[in-house]
Order: sequence, then C-alpha cells, then structure tokens
Amino acid sequence: MIGYRLLTEAVFVVFIVFIFSGGLIAVNARYLMNALLGLALSLLGVAGLYFRLGSPFLALMQTLIYVGAVCVIIAFGIMVGPKPKHEEEKRLMGRRNIILASAAAAAGFILLLIAIINVAWVPAQARTGDFSVIFLGENLLKQFCLPFELISVLLLTAIVGALIIANIGREGNAP
Amino acid sequence: MISDNLSTYLIISILLFSLGIYGMIRHRSFIGMLISGEFILNGASLNFMAFNKFLAPNPAVGQIFALFIMGLAAAESAVIVSIVLMVYHRFHSIDPDKVHDLKH
Repeated sequence: MIGYRLLTEAVFVVFIVFIFSGGLIAVNARYLMNALLGLALSLLGVAGLYFRLGSPFLALMQTLIYVGAVCVIIAFGIMVGPKPKHEEEKRLMGRRNIILASAAAAAGFILLLIAIINVAWVPAQARTGDFSVIFLGENLLKQFCLPFELISVLLLTAIVGALIIANIGREGNAP
Repeated sequence: MISDNLSTYLIISILLFSLGIYGMIRHRSFIGMLISGEFILNGASLNFMAFNKFLAPNPAVGQIFALFIMGLAAAESAVIVSIVLMVYHRFHSIDPDKVHDLKH
C-alpha cells in the first residue's frame, strides 16, 4: 500500500516537472517552434494532473483538444508567418523586457499567493454524484444545456469568421 | 502527501498564470503571446478542477467548466491565427511594436 502511494507521488512530481520545464522552454525560447513544443509538454503535464484529480475523461480531452488541435493550429500559424531573423531576434530580447516581465509575473504571483493563504477553504457539506462520464453527460444535457449549445454556436461562428478573415488577408482580396 | 492537498494545485495554477504573464510580456510576436495565453487559460482550468475535486458539492460542474474553457481556447486560437495571417500579409511583420497603430 505504501509502495502505491509513493509511486503515485513520484508520478505526480514527474508531471509537475513536465509542466514547469515545458513552461520555461515556452516562455524563454528564441524560436517559436521550440516554444510550441514546450507548450505541448506543459499541456501534457496538466493532463496528468487532471488524471490525478479524478477525471480521466478530462485528461483525454486535454490531450485531444489542446495537444492535438490547438498546437497544430499554432504550428500552422508559425508555418505561414515570417522567418526569424537571428540578429533582430537577439536585439529585440532586450534587458528591460526581462526585468519588466519578471516584475509583472512576480507581482501577480505574490498577490494570488496572499489571496489563497488568507482564505479558509471549506469543503461542501453534502456531495452528490460522482466523477463518471455518465453523470457528466447527464449534467451537460440537463442543467448545462444552454452553455453547451452556445459553445457549439460559438465554435461555428469562430470557424466561419476565421475562414473569412484569412481570405481577406490574402493578396488581391482587400475588403 | 502532496498530491492530496488543495494548496498544491492552487500554487501550481498560480505559477502557470505567472508564467503566462511573463511570456506575454517577454515574447515579441503575436504567436508567442498566443502561446503564453494558453498557459493562463490552463492555470484557470486547473484551478476549477482542483476546486471540483476538493470543495464542490457537484463534481460535474468543474469538469464541465474545464471543457468549456478548452472549447473557448480552440475557437480563440483559430481566430487569432487567422488574424495573425492577415496582419502578416498586410504589414509583413508579426511584431506587436511594429503594428501598434494598425496603419501602414
């Protein structure tokens, strides 16, 4: 039993290492493709945490939608974008930029840390339902039916809008 | 054990949020800013999942919210990539400093 617990903790730590090594690669990479691969690693780590939080379905969806779809869309964006100019890239990563970014990130981190320390988290008295996909689907079609339909309309609008915008952007198709 | 503790997940998610803020200021291209934005969204959705596991009365709500965040992120990145494509064709650059007034 102790062995199982220890193994769980070890896997958990490995996923945290995935998240933060991927994140550091993504925010510090000089080339966008490396940043994208860092993002994919980090998202896989988050999927592992979802698994630990009792929802294998969400872990699967995270892998499918984020690592599968969003990363491919971003890779497409990198592919049609400009070629990186090495010297210019180096010049743009100035010193002020790093200090400003670190200060903003540290300020956000400290504020949120104070917030979560100062709140006493109380679990709900009675818990209904479970983590199964069946219960999730029932809730999605009963209580959360309207947001579900709105998301599908939003996705349709976003796809049509993206196609129209990309078409306007092409040469000779000025609005 | 650290993986049974709410604070662990909250701290991971605020670290993801700070990484996103850092990357958004640090990157000098729209695609890099989009990548950093995904970190912020993931921090939020990890937060929802942690509250769902440890505090919420109905354990389906957090999962549904995380699913909605994923759907929104997919729609958002599709639209942003097409806008970036258009901006690149028009201004021949995806540096936010060069296209800040949206004029040639």
